[in-house]
Amino acid sequence: MTAPLLDVRNLVKRYPVRGGVFARKRGEVHAVEDVSFFIEKGETLGLVGESGCGKSTLGRAIIRLEDATSGSITFDGEDLLALPSRELFDRRRHLQMIFQDPYSSLNPRMTVGEIVREPLIIHRSGSRREQHEEVSALLEKVGMKAEMIDRYPHEFSGGQRQRIGIARALALKPSFIIADEPISALDVSVQAQVLNLMVSLQRELNLTYLFISHDLTVVEYISDRIAVMYLGRIVEIGPTHVIFNSPAHPYTRSLIDAAPVRDPRLRGIAEPIRGETPSPINPPPGCTFHPRCPFAIPRCREVVPPLESHETSGHRVACIRKDEIVGELKRPMAVSASD
Amino acid sequence: MALLEVRGLKVHFHTETGVNQAVDDVSLTVEEGRTLGIVGESGCGKSVTALSIMRLVPDPPGRIIAGQILWNGRDVMKLPVHDLPEFRGREVAMIFQDPMTSLNPVFTIERLLCEVIRKRFRVGKAEARKRALEALNTVGIPDAESRLGNYPHELSGGMKQRILIAMALLCEPKLLIADEPTTALDVTIQKQILYLMKNLQQKNNMALMLITHDIGVIAETCDEVAVMYAGRIVERTDVYTLFSHNRHPYTRSLLTSIPKRGLGKEVPLPTIEGSVPSLFNPPKGCRFAPRCFRRQERCLLEDPQLLPVAENHVTACHFPLEDAV
Ligand SMILES: Nc1ncnc2c1ncn2[C@@H]1O[C@H](COP(=O)(O)OP(=O)(O)OP(=O)(O)O)[C@@H](O)[C@H]1O
Ligand SMILES: Nc1ncnc2c1ncn2[C@@H]1O[C@H](COP(=O)(O)OP(=O)(O)O)[C@@H](O)[C@H]1O
Ligand code: SF4
Ligand SMILES: [Mg+2]
Ligand SMILES: [Mg+2]
Repeated sequence: MTAPLLDVRNLVKRYPVRGGVFARKRGEVHAVEDVSFFIEKGETLGLVGESGCGKSTLGRAIIRLEDATSGSITFDGEDLLALPSRELFDRRRHLQMIFQDPYSSLNPRMTVGEIVREPLIIHRSGSRREQHEEVSALLEKVGMKAEMIDRYPHEFSGGQRQRIGIARALALKPSFIIADEPISALDVSVQAQVLNLMVSLQRELNLTYLFISHDLTVVEYISDRIAVMYLGRIVEIGPTHVIFNSPAHPYTRSLIDAAPVRDPRLRGIAEPIRGETPSPINPPPGCTFHPRCPFAIPRCREVVPPLESHETSGHRVACIRKDEIVGELKRPMAVSASD
Repeated sequence: MALLEVRGLKVHFHTETGVNQAVDDVSLTVEEGRTLGIVGESGCGKSVTALSIMRLVPDPPGRIIAGQILWNGRDVMKLPVHDLPEFRGREVAMIFQDPMTSLNPVFTIERLLCEVIRKRFRVGKAEARKRALEALNTVGIPDAESRLGNYPHELSGGMKQRILIAMALLCEPKLLIADEPTTALDVTIQKQILYLMKNLQQKNNMALMLITHDIGVIAETCDEVAVMYAGRIVERTDVYTLFSHNRHPYTRSLLTSIPKRGLGKEVPLPTIEGSVPSLFNPPKGCRFAPRCFRRQERCLLEDPQLLPVAENHVTACHFPLEDAV
């Protein structure tokens, strides 16, 4: 077996929480806790979870927009965390990011052409003329007309701005792209356009994606495998059809159940789970999901469940009861909510 | 007689950049105890329609140009100003997407709730506090006693939305308008809040007008649905017909552009070309025409009227689809 393109091991990212008169450290936000996973070349890994669970932090740590607290990130055989900054700069062109908000992520004072060309200038890639030709080719690739090159971001709709963001991300011919909620801010009627574009670009350019989203429907469509995060940890990771058809972590099941139905005849089957996500500053002991989990037993508050292979499906799950409850999790859960 | 009937509502905003034709000829009805969903993309006029019903459209720049809003047959637009507070609390209550903007940040939860209670019912302090506690329990706030002393910013988004629901229901309104009540929330919390609203609706026999951009939320909760596009209602029918026998090309395209369960990226998604038009200069004729897969010459010239295509089913299209989904 060849080595995966990206291999993340035991990644931890904590933020200090300061307060009081002397701005003393009062605790830590456990934004990413002991996360390990890999992504194969050409694959799309979907990363789902609710607000604040650490998806964006994980993405930013991988491309070193942010320094990890500990752990290792191996990209194409090289440990990114150990690279000196000069070489990191050089490596970084292979890893790019697309952001959620196409409004704030584009500089309003630059033309479309300048925005897409900027990475080429920073990395001194090609002559002036080659850069211009490249920019036109990139815009065409994302479905924008060449005459739009001298216009400014505010003249475009959300969907078009996201296309510009994608063109910019592709400028340095990266092999790996982290897309952080790339369609969440778009009108529903243009989301499919951008999804289709991302899929066809992946095919054409053999791209590898880490696709971050809180929308399971979208993640199911685009992902080969899915990782589910809760309070900084990956609680389940496996092939898309396994995650949807035989989830083995109760949190995964409750996420699937919580997604609104697509047909009114299916309404009212699943009931909401109780409670809210606890604070990442003082996460509950043991399995951090135990206060909300309908399957919790006393031992769940004592041990942090490791991410281990499931005995039947082989995908990895962090739940001490994973092997006994998988049957029950095949159906929507009907448990009583807090109200 | 319907509880609420909106007829031919037209609202414009006069701004520096021109006239925004936010709502154009919107008609709808809400029956007692039923749930009407209004679904549409951002900027299509959902909130302005709701604000018009509450007589809360900011004027200027907003202006109701035409139309009628009938509450139990009475014209809301002719209500004297001093009757409005009563109309807004006891008859119709409204909750918004961002709970923070509608909860006064300098008051405790106890004070927020007690003020509503004491305005509505002539009760003493102790009784008001007791009812406030009951209200918190009804909306599923754990540890209600200790929550009374909290300020809004000390609560999560889901908790704040629960408090707003509690406040809205204290006056026992006959209609609750919920404008994107769960858009800012996580899915598991969204599910809890929708569940809670439906339960309380049944308990109080209250009508609900639920505004959302998420067609899934409609499928979960509504009896009737109005689909809005660029300031107009393009289709209106019961929720089952909307999903199985929709007739308007926009409704159809919207539903097919969302990935289906079990479908992978090998199959490209059907898309709607182009983007949502500006309401400062909306397209002539059918506002969906520039993006429509069924468009003909006539669509670019003539406004399609909202006409019946079946019993309890109207659509605004010159060439409504014939086949089932
Ligand atoms: N710079 C920072 N300083 C302190 N805490 C931070 C910082 N960035 C993120 N956090 C915290 O880390 C946790 C994870 O945040 P993150 O933005 O990664 O979540 P997310 O899963 O991307 O959420 P969303 O779905 O809302 O985008 C949160 O509790 C957040 O408040
Ligand atoms: N106070 C206002 N001033 C100017 N324009 C407004 C105002 N409120 C709403 N609009 C415009 O009216 C249109 C419909 O808005 P709205 O009803 O809020 O849409 P939504 O369907 O997203 O709720 C939009 O074009 C919006 O920009
Ligand atoms: S009226 Fe014409 S353009 Fe409008 S929706 Fe119908 S077919 Fe399409
Ligand atoms: Mg994020
Ligand atoms: Mg709105």
